[in-house]
Parts: sequence; structure tokens; C-alpha cells
Amino acid sequence: MAKKRPIALLSELASHKETFGGDMPLAPGHRMCIGCGIPPIVNEVILAINEPVIISNATGCLEVTTGVYPVTAWNVPWIHVNFQSAATVMAGVEAAYKVLKKKGVIPEDKKIHFVAFGGDGGTYDIGFQALSATAERGHNVLYVCYNNEGYQNTGYQKSSATPIGAYTKTTPVGKAKVGKQEPRKDLTMIMAAHGIPYVAQASPHIFRDLTRKTKKAISMDGFKFINVLEPCTLSWRFSPEDTMRLAKLAVETRYWPVYEVIDGKYWKVNIKPKKPKPIEEYIAAQPRWKHVLKYPEILEKIQKEIDEKWNLLLHLEEMSKKLAEEEGVDYEELFKVPED
Amino acid sequence: MAQTKVIALTGNQAAAEAMRQINFDIAAVYPISPQTELMGFFAEYVANGEVDTEMIAVDGEHSAMATCIGAAAAGARTITASAGPGIAYMVENLYVASGMRVPIVLLDVNRALSAPLSIHCDHADSMLTRDTSWISIFSENAQEAYHNIIMAVKISEKAMFPIIVNYDGYIVSHSIEDVEILDDETVRNFVGPSDIHRIPYPLLDTDKPVTYGATAQPDYYTECKYQQHVDFLKVYDIVREVFDEFAEISGKRYDFIEEYKTEDAEYIGISMGSSFGTLKDAVDRLREQGRKVGAIKIRLYRPFPVKEIAQALSKAKGVVVLDRADSFDGIGGPLFKDIATALLATENNPYLHNFIYGLGGREIHEEEFMRAFDRLERLEKGIETRENFVEYLQVRE
Repeated sequence: MAKKRPIALLSELASHKETFGGDMPLAPGHRMCIGCGIPPIVNEVILAINEPVIISNATGCLEVTTGVYPVTAWNVPWIHVNFQSAATVMAGVEAAYKVLKKKGVIPEDKKIHFVAFGGDGGTYDIGFQALSATAERGHNVLYVCYNNEGYQNTGYQKSSATPIGAYTKTTPVGKAKVGKQEPRKDLTMIMAAHGIPYVAQASPHIFRDLTRKTKKAISMDGFKFINVLEPCTLSWRFSPEDTMRLAKLAVETRYWPVYEVIDGKYWKVNIKPKKPKPIEEYIAAQPRWKHVLKYPEILEKIQKEIDEKWNLLLHLEEMSKKLAEEEGVDYEELFKVPED
Repeated sequence: MAQTKVIALTGNQAAAEAMRQINFDIAAVYPISPQTELMGFFAEYVANGEVDTEMIAVDGEHSAMATCIGAAAAGARTITASAGPGIAYMVENLYVASGMRVPIVLLDVNRALSAPLSIHCDHADSMLTRDTSWISIFSENAQEAYHNIIMAVKISEKAMFPIIVNYDGYIVSHSIEDVEILDDETVRNFVGPSDIHRIPYPLLDTDKPVTYGATAQPDYYTECKYQQHVDFLKVYDIVREVFDEFAEISGKRYDFIEEYKTEDAEYIGISMGSSFGTLKDAVDRLREQGRKVGAIKIRLYRPFPVKEIAQALSKAKGVVVLDRADSFDGIGGPLFKDIATALLATENNPYLHNFIYGLGGREIHEEEFMRAFDRLERLEKGIETRENFVEYLQVRE
């Protein structure tokens, strides 16, 4: 017979005053996998903000592992409603702040930043409508997508962020079909097309870049979107110590360009690998995807997508410089972060 | 007592007037008939600066409720409104709102559910909400809708449960009636000012970070739900308290149920919403024939007024429950099952019958309700028999 473990009463737990994890917004002790890229992303973003923040969270890995009743890893105000609503929930909180400030309930000088986190399932797919609408309405919210290219919390099903050829539980590798049939959706481009003040792609291994982008984002009024690639040790099936190595490879192969867009019209590519590494190196490091190395026609499609997108970004950057010049705008100045 | 004035308003106009007077912090809006014009009227108040409300025109009812949950957890006084399919679309979040114990007012301008598509009234939409742990109140007319919205704010904030105010689509929402309006100051004093500390744990109090919407595993989920269960039973007293407070400012005293000529009644009909006037007319005409009949209206639908119903039916020989929605379950309409359950709380064992009426906006006439009483009486006396507890009252077979 298994020994029955005593469960603490709610009243006892509620009386616990101590917290641990010091001042980290997302304290240690959460239940995320060893080697998970999400906690560094979350802490890099929140620590870049020197004023109070309120967080909303879509259902997913981050949510189920950080607030598990009756304990929480969050040292900042946090709310989770469901899978598809992270953006719109934050819109409600932000609008509440705005109106209560107008009514004099919240002091005029009290500054609060509103940040929403969602995985690619909650952002690219089920939460896309709410995300787009919240962006369109211009709520003063920063939305950060931790993009691990699939539904990892449910055991790895395909999302619209999953790349072509990749194995997932809903796109297995079989005799008739080899993994996912369609290329990944480019959500960053779609968000840029909203004409919102700030859109960026980032990678957790370049923490200075993500910190700078967060600071830039929160310095601007309106809706901001940062898409961060988050290699998933569990589903992509690489060793937990390799998370940042994978992120680095994604950037070095131009698979995940690191760039930013102001007002949907000024583009800047932040990192330009002079000698891009072959995509095969990145793919070979991921057992979820490495079978495509045996399929030259799929590899070709992957390379074509990467090359075309990279070329497009460079052209957009060049175009932006010309546009800025034409408009009499200082292009470099546009991307500077105001002093804290 | 308040200064009052009587003006001609539709149900939607009366609701918009209540919203203006309350001056909600947040209104999340999404169009759907027959609710649409309500938020249209309110938008005029917003556009003219007559209210401070942040009106958020969201992308759908699911987002409307999610936005309300965020705003309410932040500490704002929050409202949204919908109907029929819109209510269906937000159901997932109705459970989230009550589980998180945030006060929100939802106006359900009752509409049928598809298919076939119908924009007209029945109560199928509201029946989707009956197990969501939202307080639910039905309104017979524009006057009651107006009063119920004002009381709803206070009930919801005292109970820390969200609340639904129902009023019938088109029949109430678009019909003009005389409505007695309280003065602005009385309403604002009654509901009290905006303040994030109306709720115990506002997100906007960033010095005291709280976690809303955590996961609960099998070791705690039951305890969370039990707390909700226990607290929901406290809603009865809170509603009674607010009804009393409201009587003081308005002179209008409401109860969980409204009884009409039930004192000596042998046969009692029960309905909710706008059809109650028709039911009372049916009772009057049958009384003229010397029949001992009465009527009951359910005002507080959730939590269900079990004791009050049991008391009101403690002497009846027969009861006919008039459901404006079908459950399609071989038992009967949703209200029928509620009444049958409430009868467990009395020694009396009246003959119980169920009619479905008024689906998808079908007009109801007093003759039809009189027929319902006739059928009940003949069944109870053994003159007629039935195959099922439930029958359709108005159908071309």
C-alpha cells in the first residue's frame, strides 16, 4: 500500500507569509522542464521594465507550471483566463487602469505596464482573433509570444508556427506524408501589417537584444508585439543544456531573423550573419525534424523559404531607409531606446 | 426616497439609462440582435461625454467576457451585454468569471439559439448559463430590467459573483413602455463610487501582487469548488438584503418570486419574463369562470428560490410549468425540472405538468395559457392522460 501523503489545509497554506526567489518576477520553484527556454524569456522581459507590471497569460506551458493552486511562482500581479484570451484580458486590465486614472481612483503619477505572454498555439492559432483585435484597438499592451513551434503543453501537436516537414503528433512521419505539409505562418509580418508602433523578433540567447527591445516597446504608446523563438527541449527532443545553442543556430542559419519594425513601415534587421550556417546543421540538432535531411525536395523548400524571407527583410530595410530619408525622418533615431 | 420621473422607453433604452446612471468603468460590447441597439444607445452617452466609461468594442462575445474578467479583476466596475448565440459563445468564460469570483454584470436580451437561426425571444440562451454559478435574475418588463440592473451591481459586488439580468428580446427590448426613472444621484449613491478596493484582491494594487486563474490539480480543485458552492448559497441573503435596500430608495419591493392570486389557488401556472402579464390575464379570465387558479413568476432564477417555491406550492393540487426553452431530454423543460426539485421541499405533492411555449419569438396569448390550465386540471382529475410530462403548447402538427 502506498503511503498516504498528508495534504495541507487551505487555511494553513494561506497563512504562509514567506516567499522565495528574491526579487525575480518569476521565482524559481515553478514546474517548467529543465532546459526550458520560457523562464529566461519571461524574466528578461519583465526585468527590463523598471516600473510595476501586470501580466496576463494564455493557457499553455508557462501558465500551467507557474500558478498551481495553492502556490504561485509569480511575484508580480498575474492573471490567466483561458487559451485564446491573453491579449484581450490585458486589454480589460489596461482599460480599467485608464478609466480609473481618469476618475481619480488611481493616482495620476502611477505608471503601470501591461504585458501578455502566450505560446504560439495561443497566439498564432486560437488567440489570433483576440490578438489582432486588441492590436487594432491600440491598447497600451506589450504582447510577447514564446514560440516553440507547436502545442507542447498538450504533448506536441502542430500549430501554424510549426515548420514544414516537422514531426508532430498530428503530423507524423509516414509512408504517405512526411511531417507537416505546410510552411510556418509568418505572424511577425502579419502583426507588422497592423501598423502598430512596434513589432520585433528576438531570440532568448541574445538577452541584451530582448532587453533592449522590451525597453523600446514599453517606451511607445499602443500595442506592441515581440515574437521570441523558444526551442523546446522536450518536443524538439534535444538535450536540456542545448536550448541556447539551438536558439543561436536558428539565428545563425537565418531561420529566425532577429529584426524590428516601427509603425509597420520602418524595418531593421538587427543581426546579419555574414556567413550563414547551413540549415542542415540546425535541423540535424532536432530529432523532431532531422528526418527531412533524407528528403532533398523538402530541404529545398525550407531553404527557399529562408532565403526569400531573408531577402525580403533586407529589401524592406533598404526601402525603410529611403522612405525615412524621403520623409525627413532620422532612420537610426527611430530605433533608439529612450533613457530610463 | 428618490426623485422620480416617468418616461416612455424601450427595454434597451431603459437598460442604457441604468448604465448611464451607474457610470460603469468598463463596457465591453459586441453587436448581436436584439441587444445591439442597447450598446448603440450607450455609445451615444460615451460619445457625448455623459459617462466616464471606457467602452471596448471587442472582436466577439468570448473576448467580451474575457475583457470583462480582466477589467473586473483589475478592480473596475464592468458590464457587457449579449443575446442568444453570443451568450453561447461566451459560456466558457462565464465559468471562468464565477470561478475567479469577480463581480460583472451581464445583460442577456433573451434570444433563441440556432438552428434554425432566429433572432427572436426565448430562454434557451439563458438556460446555457444556469449551471455557471452566475446569479441570474429575470425581468418582466422595461421597468424591472431598469431596476434589476441597478440592484445587480450591488448584489454582484456584495456576493463576489457575477450576475445576469435577463429581459426578453424584442418583447421587452424593443417595446415602448412607461418607465419610472430614479434620479442620478440616488442611483450613484446606491451603487457607490468606483474604487479598486470594492474587491479584496484587485490586480491594479501592484504593491500586493496576486495570482488570478491558477491551475488546480485533483488535490485542491474540489476544495476550490466547494468554497464556491458554499458561497453561492449565501447569495439568497445578499439578494434579499439588496432588495430591501432598494425598496428604501425606490419604494418598490421585490421578492425572489412574485405570486398572483395563489392564496386559495388549486391550480398554479409558473413562468418567467415577459409572459407573466399574459399569464395573469389568463388567471383573471379563469377566475371569472369561478376557477381557483393562480400564477407565479420567477424573478431570482439562480440561485433557485427552492424554499419560496415550495411554500407557494404547498397547497396546490396541480402545477403547470411554462418553459420558454426545451431541454430535449425526455424529462421536460429546464424550469420544469427546477420546480419538480423544489417540490421535494414540501410535504405537498401536486400534479405537475410542463408546457413548452414561445419559442423563437412565437407570440403567446392568454387563451393558450388558459388551455394549459384546462389540460392541467383534466390531467389532475384523471379525465385525460398523458404520455410525457412535457408537451408543446403552440404547435401546428
